[in-house]
Parts: sequence; C-alpha cells; structure tokens
Amino acid sequence: MYRYDDFDHRFVDERVAQYRDQVRRRLAGQLTEDEFKPLRLMNGLYLQMHAYMLRIAIPYGAFDSAKMRKLAHITRKYDRGYGHFTTRQNLQLNWIKLEDTPDILAELASVEMHAIQTSGNSFRNTTTDPFAGVAHDEIEDPRPYAEILRQWSTLHPEFSFLPRKFKIAVSASTEDRAAVKMHDVGLYLRRNDKGEVGFEVMAGGGLGRTPLLSHTIKPFVARRDLLSYLEAVLRVYNQYGRRDNIYKARIKILVQSLGAKKFAEEVEAEWLASDREAAALPDNYVREIASAFALPAYDNTPVDEAAFKRDAAANPAFARWLRRNTFGHKSSNHAVVTISLKPVGETPGDCSADQMDLVADLADELSFGEIRAAYEQNLVLPHVRRDALFGLWKRLEAAGLGTANIGQITDIICCPGMDYCSLATARSIPIAQDLARHMAAKEEAIGTFNIKISGCINACGHHHLGHIGILGVDKNGEEVYQITLGGDAGNNAAVGTIIGPALKSDAVTGGIDTLIDVYLKLRQDGERFPDTYRRIGAKPFKEALYAVA
Amino acid sequence: MLLLEDGTLREDGWHHVADDEAIPASGDITVSFTRWKEVGATLNGRSGKLGLRLDNTTAPADVAPDLSHFQLIVLNFPKFTDGRAYSQARLLRTRHGYKGELRAGGNVLRDQLLFMRRCGFNSFIVGERAVKEDWAKAFGEFDVFYQTAQDGRPWVMRQRLNAAP
Amino acid sequence: MQLVTGNRLRDGVPIYFVGNGQWSPSIDAAQLVEDAEADALLAVSQEGAPPLPAVGSVLIEAVRENGHIKPISLRERIRAEGPTTGPMTHQTAIETAAR
Repeated sequence: MYRYDDFDHRFVDERVAQYRDQVRRRLAGQLTEDEFKPLRLMNGLYLQMHAYMLRIAIPYGAFDSAKMRKLAHITRKYDRGYGHFTTRQNLQLNWIKLEDTPDILAELASVEMHAIQTSGNSFRNTTTDPFAGVAHDEIEDPRPYAEILRQWSTLHPEFSFLPRKFKIAVSASTEDRAAVKMHDVGLYLRRNDKGEVGFEVMAGGGLGRTPLLSHTIKPFVARRDLLSYLEAVLRVYNQYGRRDNIYKARIKILVQSLGAKKFAEEVEAEWLASDREAAALPDNYVREIASAFALPAYDNTPVDEAAFKRDAAANPAFARWLRRNTFGHKSSNHAVVTISLKPVGETPGDCSADQMDLVADLADELSFGEIRAAYEQNLVLPHVRRDALFGLWKRLEAAGLGTANIGQITDIICCPGMDYCSLATARSIPIAQDLARHMAAKEEAIGTFNIKISGCINACGHHHLGHIGILGVDKNGEEVYQITLGGDAGNNAAVGTIIGPALKSDAVTGGIDTLIDVYLKLRQDGERFPDTYRRIGAKPFKEALYAVA
Repeated sequence: MLLLEDGTLREDGWHHVADDEAIPASGDITVSFTRWKEVGATLNGRSGKLGLRLDNTTAPADVAPDLSHFQLIVLNFPKFTDGRAYSQARLLRTRHGYKGELRAGGNVLRDQLLFMRRCGFNSFIVGERAVKEDWAKAFGEFDVFYQTAQDGRPWVMRQRLNAAP
Repeated sequence: MQLVTGNRLRDGVPIYFVGNGQWSPSIDAAQLVEDAEADALLAVSQEGAPPLPAVGSVLIEAVRENGHIKPISLRERIRAEGPTTGPMTHQTAIETAAR
C-alpha cells in the first residue's frame, strides 16, 4: 500500500500544527464558533448530540495493521472503546473532546493518517472498490488513481470552499462495488481501442433530498488529462453551483438544471481553454505511485483442496460463511474475506477497540498486514490463503466477528441516526437491530438482499439505493419511517420509489416482513428483489403492506 | 482601511468610488464593473491609477478585454465560505494574464489567506484583528503543496518528478 | 416550560444553563422558566466574555416530574440520557470506558 514520503509526512505535520493553533485560538476566544466550525469540519470534527465526533479518513478504504492498532488505541484512550465504520469508508468516534483533538490528529499523523476533509464543503474521501487490487474481475488497480486524487484534492487552493461537499468514486472492475453512480463525480476506468487507460467520467449523482444518478459527461478522458479535466468540472461547479439553498447546492442540481449535455459542453469548453499541461499526469508518475500498490509475494504452494472441503463439509456454519463472506481472488490459492460488522442485533458498522486489535493481528498473520473498509460498513482482509480460512473463521467467531451475512438481509447499511447525530430526524440503529433479529431466521430463504436505513434526508445510510430503503422522519414529534422499494447500487443503480404513507416505528419490522413475504411468493427463478419489483410493480407490495390499515 | 500585503500591514491608499459618487479628478481610484461599463473611456485621461471592483458572479472572460486599464482588481468574498473568487483569481492570473495587484475583500479571515495567495491574490483587506493575531504568520504554515497554483511555489508532483533518477 | 442547553465548548458534553453564568451537565440543575421568560433566559445565557462555555445554545421544552426535569422531545431525552442502542454484546467497551 501507499507509504508517505517526506513531503506527505511534512504536510500532515504542518496540518496538525495549523489545527492545534486553530483550536488554541478557539479556546482563547479569538475565533467565534461560526468562524471555527468550517475549520474543524475540514479536519473531520463535528459537534453531535453527546460530544464532538471525529471522522477519521481511511483514504479509499485501504489501510493496514499498524493503522488499525492506532485506531484501536485512539478509540480506547480518547473515546469509549468503540468506533463506527461509515458508508464513506471512514471511521467515526462518537465521544471526542475538542481539547484532545490536536493530540489525536498528531497520533494519526504518526501512522500516516489524518481526518482532513472528511467533512466540509470540499472534496471528501475518494472511495473505491474494497476488493481493489485483488478482485478477479478487475481491469486495473484503481488505488493509485484514488491516491493521486487524494493528494490532488487535499487543501486544494481553488476548491476548498465549494457550494457543497464533493464526493468522487473510482471503479476499475466489471462489477461496480463502489456505488459510483451516486457520486458527484464517478470514474469508471476504461481502455480505449489502442489499449490506453483512461476514465469514463460521470457527473451529477448524489442522494439526499433529491436523489439522482450521474450521467456520462465524457466517455473517455485520457489518464494524462485526469486532473486537468476534473479541475474543469470543479471550476464550472465552483462558479455556477447554487449557493442560495443548501438543498440545491450539490453538483447534481447544476447538472440537472443545465442538462447533462449542456453541462458537459461547459466543462469541455473550460477544459479546452485551460492550461492542460500544468496539471498533466505523466505516465512515469502514475507508475511511481502504482509501484506502491504492487501485490505482495504470495505463497503459491497449492492449497490442500481435500482438507479444505473436509472442513467445510464438517462445519455447515463455516461453509455458510465461506459462501457468503469470501470472494474470488486473482490468486487461486487465496480468497478475499469480508468481516461482517453486522452481528444480528448490534449497531451496524460498530467495532470495538479489542475487535480492531484482533483484526490487526489477523491481518498481520494472514493478509500481509492489509485491511480494507467497505462502504457497506464491513471490513475486508484482502489476501488470505484458502487453507487459513477455517482457522480465521474460528477466531472471528470467538470475537463476535464471524457473522455469515454479507450481502444478506441482515447486512444492513445504517447511519448513526438520532442516537448520535445532531442532523437526524429519527433513530435508525434500533430499527436495524430489530429488523436483523427478526429476519435472521429467514435469511437463508431470502438470499441476496439489502436494506438501507437513514435517520434523515441527508441519506448517509443510502436508503434510496436499498432494495428496501427506510428513511426515518419526524412527524409532529413522532418518529415515522418512509419505505422505498426497488433501489439498487452498482452497475444497475436505481433510486427506489416511496411505496406509500410512512409507518410508525413499531410497525416497521412487521411491514418489511410483509413485503418480504410478497417477494418470496412472487419472485421467479431466484430473481433479486429489484428485478421482481420492476417486473410486477408496486401494487402487490402496496396492497399487502396497507391491507390491515 | 487596513491592508495586508507582502506579509506587512499598511493603510490602503486607494479611494473606492461608490456607484452614485462623482469620480474625483485625481488620485488612485477603483470603480465597480457596472460603473466601468458606463464611463470606462472617460476615465483614461485622469491622473492617478485605476482599479476595478468585481463581484463574484462576473465571469473573468467578460473583463478580459479591458484588463490593461487596471493596476488593481478587487475581488469579493461576501462570506468566507463562498469560494467563487478563488476561481476568478486563478482565471485572471492564468488565462487572462493579469499581472497587477489582485486584492481580496469582504469576509477575509486568517485561515483562508494561504488559499487566496496560492490562487494569485497578493493583497488582502483585513481588520484590526490581523495585527493582534499576527495574520501574516498564516502564509508560512505550509511548505508542502499538492497542486500547481499561481504563487509560483513548488508542488509535490513536480518535486517528485524532478527528484526521480 | 423551557430551559437553555448547549454543548460544552471544550469537550462537547451537553450542558444546561443554571443561571448566573453557570452551566451544568445535569439537566436537573437547569433553570426552568415559563415560556414568556424563555427568550430573556437565552439572552442572559449568552452574556460574558468569549469564549462562552456552551456552543449552539438553544431553548428546549421540558417539564418537572417527581423532582426531575424531563425534556419533551425524544431527541432531547436521548441527548440527556444517552443512546438507546444498548451496549455491544461481544465486548465491554462501554463498561471499561465508564471506569
């Protein structure tokens, strides 16, 4: 993985020193809260219901055992011993003291981490495929580009005060595992007729109050032009994006109001007029960055397939975990392992400091120290030999990390909601906990399914993209939940549609259960829920859900 | 009015003529873009330097043909969170080749100064706080930059490429 | 009835305005006033040299019950009493932190 050089080290040190001084000035009364807020947000510090919340960046979700141990240490020393992995491949700590934050950022800097731009109206963490580098269906490793984008987007002098936040995702495989189309800018790595690498650039996606999927604005941008082209996109947005209404300030609204074609023309004109050489990305530079992501030296001794099959046959629970939590690796002796942070009845995405330490140890022993965070709020060990899987599973089981539910109905994406978040309008975690408890028994029969829950319209829980989406809202002081059906992420991305009147909190689990029963009865040939929904429409679901009322 | 320029504080010597105010016969003045469009040609005979105040919705391309008339351009940050003038500044400096003084006005705060300078601003309208809180120090808080910009300082990709064997 | 609450500047803990420039993390210590006096209470809570002890001060509705002050809204109850999500089963994070 990428290692900081002297420049990167000096930069984060300078950033910590700058922030330490900003905190000092705030505590001394030299900065008002209005002045300080954007500064702390640019270092990932929110003020939530119970305390400050620090959102630590895990750039493109890739980290390692040393970083994980540091996160565990910070979680223990400065917080209450647990953290929350988010849908932006970041880690949130819920109980942080402002006066501790400069020291926490200094500790992060010591392991090549930071919390820069995990909030604020600028570039956020660039996300990518958690299986990057090892997925069997990959065209090229997207991480070098994500790292180049991380650096380019860090304290960008022109684009640090955009109309609104700006999220970029990169995908470089056949299957889009990064929900690219819901991003402000999405990049699909492509090869042209000559075999050269470039990007299909999408713009104008985003969730929130107006969920929209992005449009292709240029089918192929040569690798060399990646940064200059993105600068043109951002310059058009910075000048013409709306600033009068926070709900209309994302680039998606600009793309929608101009039309994707006109927006693309504006960007093209800006790009052609710009100094493209100044920000050109030379091949040798990309190669240099990419060399940091070379695959480790695998042990290619063949796996004892007979023993492997024996373990799986003798342990149905292990076999189930294998089926659900492992993914094909480029090396046939290895597997990509997803560690579920969704034990039934727990807070989705939460991880204790002890669990973090264990994952770090397991990464060292079994995965060349490497760990990934997935936007679905799970962790990934990217290179595990298949003959080590049985032992790995047993140790994960013992620590509450062995849940075999990846891609299943209890693998719920869920924002912190009103239990923590000051923006929330309703709770989301208790809904997820109750749903998971109730659905666990049916999980096997249901198969691939995803439920996504947000506690407010900002949609951190991606509810629009859930096969079933749940949005908690406040109705005259009462929590009620809007249900959307038919959403999908990835290649077939679709925004779900609201089925009808919102449900009271105690009716959500029963209501979802009814919807699932309709699906199980009417699906054909193992159809996924969104396909069934598109085939038969909302009517049968609606009739069943509101029959009682 | 207090100005921060080249790391030092000084008083502003310019007179900023309001749109409904008569143009003084001499002295260094700035006018709004609206005023300039009305009376531009008549200002050429005056003694004293001429400057232009632009609001942050004016496209630099619209001003480009007239740039040779101005020794000062003042761009505006109505709120420090409104970053449109950063793009205006870069475009004036690069695409339109403006070489004169580029001044940041409006809600100018210490922690944005470095971004502004990187985009090509070289003077800043500040308040008394700038003295007490030693704002000039803000320019020196970083010497590592990940983007090419308009302040001529080295940036990391170029530095790495130059250092490569 | 209303009271003034905010989050403590230095550590973000929810605090409640007691009066006389004082704030407390205990909601029971809060100064609870009639609706007509609420705006005046908020104004008084914002007096003093910067930085003020509390960030984001607002008025919230509450009632006094059995000698305790109870916020009306669910959000404020969660703020006063903590998350409703329960502890993690597989670790003792919350317990060890409370030590």
